[in-house]
Order: sequence, then C-alpha cells, then structure tokens
Amino acid sequence: MTTSPTAVGTRGADAGTGSVPVPAAGPRRRRRSPGPSQWTAVGFAAPLLVYLVLFYAYPLIRNIDLSVHDYTIRAFVQGNAEFVGVEKYVEIFTSSTFSTALVNTALFTVVSIVFQFSIGLALAVFFRSSFRLSSGLRALFLVPWLLPLIVSASTWAWMLNSDNGIVNSVLSAFGIGQINWLTSPDTALISVIIANIWLGIPFNLVILYSGLQNIPGEVYEAASLDGAGAWRQFWSVTFPLLRPVSAITILLGLIYTLKVVDVIWIMTTGGPGDASTTLAVWSYREAFGTGQPDFSPAAAVGNVLILIALVFGFLHLQLQRRQEAP
Amino acid sequence: MNRRPYGKTWWKTALGLFFTALMLFPVYWMVNVSLTETSDLRSDPPRWFPFEPTFVGYTAVFDQQLPSLATSLLIGFGCVLLTVVIAAPAGYALALLNLRGGRTLNFLLLVAQMIPAVVMAMGFYAIYVRLGLLNTIPGLIVANSTIAVPFGVLLFTAFMSGIPRELLQAARIDGAGAWRTFRSVVLPVSRNSTLTVSLFAFLWAWSDFIFASTLNRNGDLIPITLGIYKYIGNNTTQWNAIMATAVVASVPAAILLVVAQRYVAAGVTAGAVKD
Repeated sequence: MTTSPTAVGTRGADAGTGSVPVPAAGPRRRRRSPGPSQWTAVGFAAPLLVYLVLFYAYPLIRNIDLSVHDYTIRAFVQGNAEFVGVEKYVEIFTSSTFSTALVNTALFTVVSIVFQFSIGLALAVFFRSSFRLSSGLRALFLVPWLLPLIVSASTWAWMLNSDNGIVNSVLSAFGIGQINWLTSPDTALISVIIANIWLGIPFNLVILYSGLQNIPGEVYEAASLDGAGAWRQFWSVTFPLLRPVSAITILLGLIYTLKVVDVIWIMTTGGPGDASTTLAVWSYREAFGTGQPDFSPAAAVGNVLILIALVFGFLHLQLQRRQEAP
Repeated sequence: MNRRPYGKTWWKTALGLFFTALMLFPVYWMVNVSLTETSDLRSDPPRWFPFEPTFVGYTAVFDQQLPSLATSLLIGFGCVLLTVVIAAPAGYALALLNLRGGRTLNFLLLVAQMIPAVVMAMGFYAIYVRLGLLNTIPGLIVANSTIAVPFGVLLFTAFMSGIPRELLQAARIDGAGAWRTFRSVVLPVSRNSTLTVSLFAFLWAWSDFIFASTLNRNGDLIPITLGIYKYIGNNTTQWNAIMATAVVASVPAAILLVVAQRYVAAGVTAGAVKD
C-alpha cells in the first residue's frame, strides 16, 4: 500500500521509454536530496501536527492535571489548585455512584449494541434484495442518524412523557397502565436505551449493507442450487462471510456508545438518582451538570472512561490490521 | 444475480414501507406535535393527525431563535473551513508525500477518535477559562472541529492514496512543485472527499450539544441546540414550540439527505470499512 513516490518515479522512468530526457533527470535529482522532499511533506502535515498538539494533546494533559489537583472554580481562575495525587481517583472508585455507573454503562452499551446490530443486520438483509422503492426507503432510514441529538432526544422525552406521551397512550389502549418511563428508577435506563437503539440502527444498517454488497452473488446462487433456503443461506453464507465487517461494526458501536452523554442527559439527566447515570454522564454531571462544578473527580472519571475506550480501540485496530493482511 | 421482475416483490415493498413508517414515527410525531394547538397537547387520546395545523410554534421559533440559527450556521461553516484547511494538506502529506512517521500519525488519529467529547470539553474549559475564550464563537468552532479533523484526515488519506501516480508524474514533468500539484491536481480530483468531509464537519458542528452546553453556557450567542435545551428548561408546557424548533433544527439534515445522500453513505462507511 505504501509505495514511496521515489520508487514510483523510478518505475515510471523505466516504463516511459518514449520520453527520454526528463524522467532520467528526475529520479537522480531526487535521490541526491531526500531532505527537501521530506520537509515538503512535513510542511503539508504541519497544520495538523500543530492542531493535534494544541487541541488534542494539550486539553488531554490539562485533563490529567485536573484529576490530580483539587480544582474548584476559584482555583481555576487563580491557578493555585492543591496537588492531591491519586486522591480523586480513590474518591471516585469508593463512591457509591461508581458501581452503579459502571453497571449502567455496561448495560447501556451491551443492550444497545445487541439490538442495534441485530435490527441493523435484519434490515440490511431485507434491503439486500431489490424491490420497488428499496433504495429510497433505505435512504430514509438514515434520518434518525442525521438529526441533531437534542432533536431526537427531546422528541423521545415527549413521546415517553408519563401523562401525555404517545407511548403510554398506545399502551393504555392495550390495557397497560401508566408507566413513568423517565421518572421511575426502574424504567429510566430502559427508556434511554430504547432511544439509543433507535439512534444507532442507521449506522449499523449502512455499514452492514455495504458489507453485504461485497459478498458475491454467485455464492448465494451456489447455495440455492444446493437447496439451501433463505434461513439456511443466512446462517451458512451471510453470517460467516459478514463476520469481519460485523466485528468492526460492533467494536465501533462500543466505542461510540461508551461516549454517549447527550441522549441520556437530555432525557433523564442521569436520574432519577443515579438510575440512568453512566460513566460519561457522571463525568459530565460533576463538571457541568450542577451549580457547583467539581472538575477534579469529573476529570478522573473521564480518564477512566478513556482507558476503557482505548481497550476496545486497540481491539479494533488489531482486528483491522488482521483483516488488512490476508 | 438474477433480477426478478418487481411485480413479484410487492409484499417486500409493503413490508419495507411498514418498517420505514415504524422507524420514522418519532420524526412524524415531532412534526405532528409542532403543528398541534397548545390546548390540544394534553388531550387524551392524543391528536394523531394535524388536521387543523397551527403555526404558533413556528412563529415562536422565528421570533426567538433566529439568532441561534445564525450562530449555528456560522459555527458550522467555520468548522468546515478549519477542518478542510487542516485535513486536506495532511491527507496529501500522508497519502502522496510519503511523510515519515505517517503510520504513527494515522494511529494517533484513530486513537483521537476514541476520546470522549466530555473529556475534551473539560480540557477545553480549563484552557478557555484562562484565555477568555469561553462563550465565544471561535472557541466553539475549534472545539467542534476536534470531532471532524481526525475523520477528515483519514478520509482524505484513504481517497488520495488511490489517485493514479501518473497524474502526479505528469504534473511534475510539467514543472509543478508540491504546492502546485496539490492545488491544481490533487484538490480538484478529491472534490468528492472534500464534499463528504465538509458535510460531516457541518452536520457534527450543527448538532453539537456537549461543547455548546459546556463552553458556551452563558454566551449571548448560543447555537440552536442549546436554544432548544434552554427552551425545554424554561417552558415545559409549550411542547409545540419546542418541537417546532426541533423541526427547524433538522432542516440541514433533511437538505443534506436529499442533496447529498450518497456522500453521507460514503462517509459512514469510510469510517468503518476499508476496501
């Protein structure tokens, strides 16, 4: 994949036998001075390098700095926060919220992904066969993914409203009594998971659909010649051949879902109590959600979250690398 | 592949319509509520269809939210500009100039995409407090661009690696330097990638809630997402106006879906699947 321009240049010179003088001069000049061309490359990458240092590395370092000091709003402005080492980490690990948030994060992520993936896959298989309107309908499935999160989250909040929500109104037609979706500790997490599943289906559908497109049609023809029905074809052809794409879809889903704040914050603010608080929401709440910002524990929670995300991230990279090398 | 005539697949169309209707029901409901009279919002059973639409919600939007819409537009375009200016040359360096350490840089960009926005928001907050950049539009543009820049670089790199070397060779023979080649050959050829990156940079900036709600809490000019959020906090009764704002805030997404659907699909896939 990484063919160097020099190598290409030389090859070009060999192949271009017709045009004599220019290509011959080209490689020699470049071979003599590899420095300048590397400087050109660095020059083009320079804005990105500066950007990454200023707007990625620096905020992250600042974040670590926050977590090992005792920052209050005043200390923020004056810059004289006391160094407390790992005290904030001990504080969050021993906090009663920690275990709740950890379990909620696990539930939120795993349940969301199981449903997003299976519904996305079912729809991808459904849309694989072309029928009238199929591509148009498939495009419409992108809508939930394109809407601003505040839009979808507040719509869901209103739909799940205890007294006036459409969901309860439909359920009552089936004789099910009022459910306090967002305000009861038993259902708050379920509610945000439902909304999040809805949000994630388009992403899964698009990626899995494009994965399906890469499975050659002959495989299916062969399978149906062997007498395999639709169900059998799915489990013996589609599912195994789609495994690499599935793995990447699920891992990306994990990384994205771990980070989710907006949906939960807008619908329940992590409540009632800690009922729908995940690690990301907890971090957000400590830092920005209350009248009294507490940045140091928030940063500590954030750093723990980064560590978890990185574990899955490295898994993802590992998988991708293995797929690149056949 | 044997394409059957459409005639035999009408049940699939019906099923597809049903699934789509189910999936898009919340969107329909948003529009329906936005057109409902305030007095009918709490009626039981709820109004399923806006037979007598009211536009009070929309009037409220245009009375109160126009500045927010303009702010969001400004932030969106600023974000697009910043992202493309940084990502396109970097993609060129990574894909075609054989940048030393390119693999490491690629790796760092992938890792950068895994960092939760809430963590970035805290870091930015700490920095902006000192620099006086809280509640400013440039501050938000920079923060929002952190979502799009790594994605943009990876997308440009992936596309530019596929540009035929003969094209660059020809430019070099014509005496074009690296900058000329970039500007007159690579950039025009990468037009579609630029569109995809711009589209996502805009959409992410337009939709952002986390950075807006942390770095611009007390600003005079708030983006539309925060406008909706504050609206919910202030008028819990006027859901028709809230939903009307939500509908207006969804307009860019709708336009993009109609105008640039294939770029959207391309972008979603590019992030996950390499081919």
